[in-house]
Amino acid sequence: MSSTYLLRRLFAVVLVLWIVTIAIFAITTILPGNAAIMILGEYATPDQVTALEERLGLNRPAAVQYFEWLFNLLQGDFGMSLRLSVPVSAVVGSAFANSALLAVTALSVVTIVSIPLGVLAALKRGTKADLGISFVAYIGTAMPEFVTATLLLVIFAGPNISLLPAGGFIPPGESVTGFFSHVILPAGTLGLIMTAHIARQVRSEMTDVLSSDYIRAARLKGLHERRVIRRHALPNSMAPAVAVISLDIGYLLGGIIVVEEIFAWPGLGRLLILALENRDLPVIQAIALLLAMVYAVSNLLSDLMIAALDPRVRYE
Amino acid sequence: MNELIRNPTGIVGIFLLTLVFLAVVFGSVLAPYDPQSFHPAVRLSGPSVDHWLGTDQFGRDLLSRLLTGARSTILFGLGATGLGVFAGSIIGVTAGVSGGWIDSTIMRALDGLLAVPDLLFTLLIVTMLGGGTNEAMLAVAVAFTPGMARISRSSVLSIRTREYVLAAVARGESQAYIISQEVVPNTIGPIIVEATIRVSFAIMIGATLGFLGLGAQPPSTEWGLMVAEARQYMYRSIWVVAVPGIAIAVAALGFNLLGDALRDAFDPRGRL
Repeated sequence: MSSTYLLRRLFAVVLVLWIVTIAIFAITTILPGNAAIMILGEYATPDQVTALEERLGLNRPAAVQYFEWLFNLLQGDFGMSLRLSVPVSAVVGSAFANSALLAVTALSVVTIVSIPLGVLAALKRGTKADLGISFVAYIGTAMPEFVTATLLLVIFAGPNISLLPAGGFIPPGESVTGFFSHVILPAGTLGLIMTAHIARQVRSEMTDVLSSDYIRAARLKGLHERRVIRRHALPNSMAPAVAVISLDIGYLLGGIIVVEEIFAWPGLGRLLILALENRDLPVIQAIALLLAMVYAVSNLLSDLMIAALDPRVRYE
Repeated sequence: MNELIRNPTGIVGIFLLTLVFLAVVFGSVLAPYDPQSFHPAVRLSGPSVDHWLGTDQFGRDLLSRLLTGARSTILFGLGATGLGVFAGSIIGVTAGVSGGWIDSTIMRALDGLLAVPDLLFTLLIVTMLGGGTNEAMLAVAVAFTPGMARISRSSVLSIRTREYVLAAVARGESQAYIISQEVVPNTIGPIIVEATIRVSFAIMIGATLGFLGLGAQPPSTEWGLMVAEARQYMYRSIWVVAVPGIAIAVAALGFNLLGDALRDAFDPRGRL
């Protein structure tokens, strides 16, 4: 992997993000719903609308508004929250940290659980364990998060059961056990679907690898089965696993919106829903951009990881 | 078709979808009760002889609500996917056929749009449009367009170099003939597979929007909205949330399984 390749990929990420800023700006300002009317409500008088548009600079040409917004963004200025009258970065910053805690917890658990499950399913092809894993995987991919979350709540957090809190957030710095008891259900909801998806993919990769010539060669050579799997099969099915996990990060970033809303987790998702309800455009734009940025960067990282894991992948 | 029937994934998928489509077509006829009529004496009851799937917070019959809600829930998924596939295929085929700077401009734009998670994209559009079923459907369609465009472009590209296309070029056929008679018909397979799987996502996103109050509005019996309305009462009767929730999963699962089976049927080398 050369440094020119890295530079080119970084440039591609920047290009993608630039297009994202155009898309987000277009959706939030040019679409029929007028921002001033959204803020004031549909019974606002024309005078009020004009006054607010003047104040927010909404009466200027779209291109001017866009470049001013972009210029401020590049300086780290996301504008002022319309609802709270504080800088957007102040609101979004802590929410981002909270979301990251939830996402990282979910992702780590998923990685630890799903890869062994997928390998197990591939090794025991056609047995009850394999069928069971495939079955759960199919159900998992067909259940929207709000359904899984609601059912988990009824099962684990009902008033008669209350094994786990029904929602809320405790910073891990304050109480580690408190944090974990609150993170289990939201992370579990996100994790269930991703585990299902990744385990299925690992199973199918592993099945392919196990029927390949080099595995047959390793077996014929008389290697112990455990060594065949650990040294030959596993490493070769890891690169595709990383690819699936990185795809699932896109899912995770969407899923987190609903899950945070249901479990009252004070992260980006919950903030986004609140901002959408209040038509708080600067906050909406900042969160959308941030989520897209995380996605683009995680894609880049996963490509680099795949290159490191699989020596056949050569980037120019 | 034969391959579909031989494949267990396909059989289960077709079976589930048959159930779902029976509800879509005959749901309001089959419903034993009026889905909106209150039966206060039996609020939040579990399954019984009178109410097979139990009742909701107003004593409305859950089976009847489920059956009548099938139509709006499923048609939403089909409609949104259909629109998205249509727009996406046009963009993708245009990009794939034109090549050059048109192709690369379209592809860069698609890369950017694909970096925005589907649900986020949908939420942004539907909020700006103002919420409601039609707005939500349009939003999902727009969110699906970049992904579909990308898939149809790549399938056009892989077909452009096939022998039968090269043969048509060698015969001196016109560009229009080659595109409409040779390229487009052969890109349909992958597009149908992707579209079928996407119907399940569309159903799930539609239900999620209903749940968040941005899609179907009360007193609609759309399944996501049913879950949202019943959530306050979920600790008193799990049926009010489980029945519509599982119905969504069954419909989504059906389209998922059918999509997987179609993929195997179109591409014999594809793995399970």
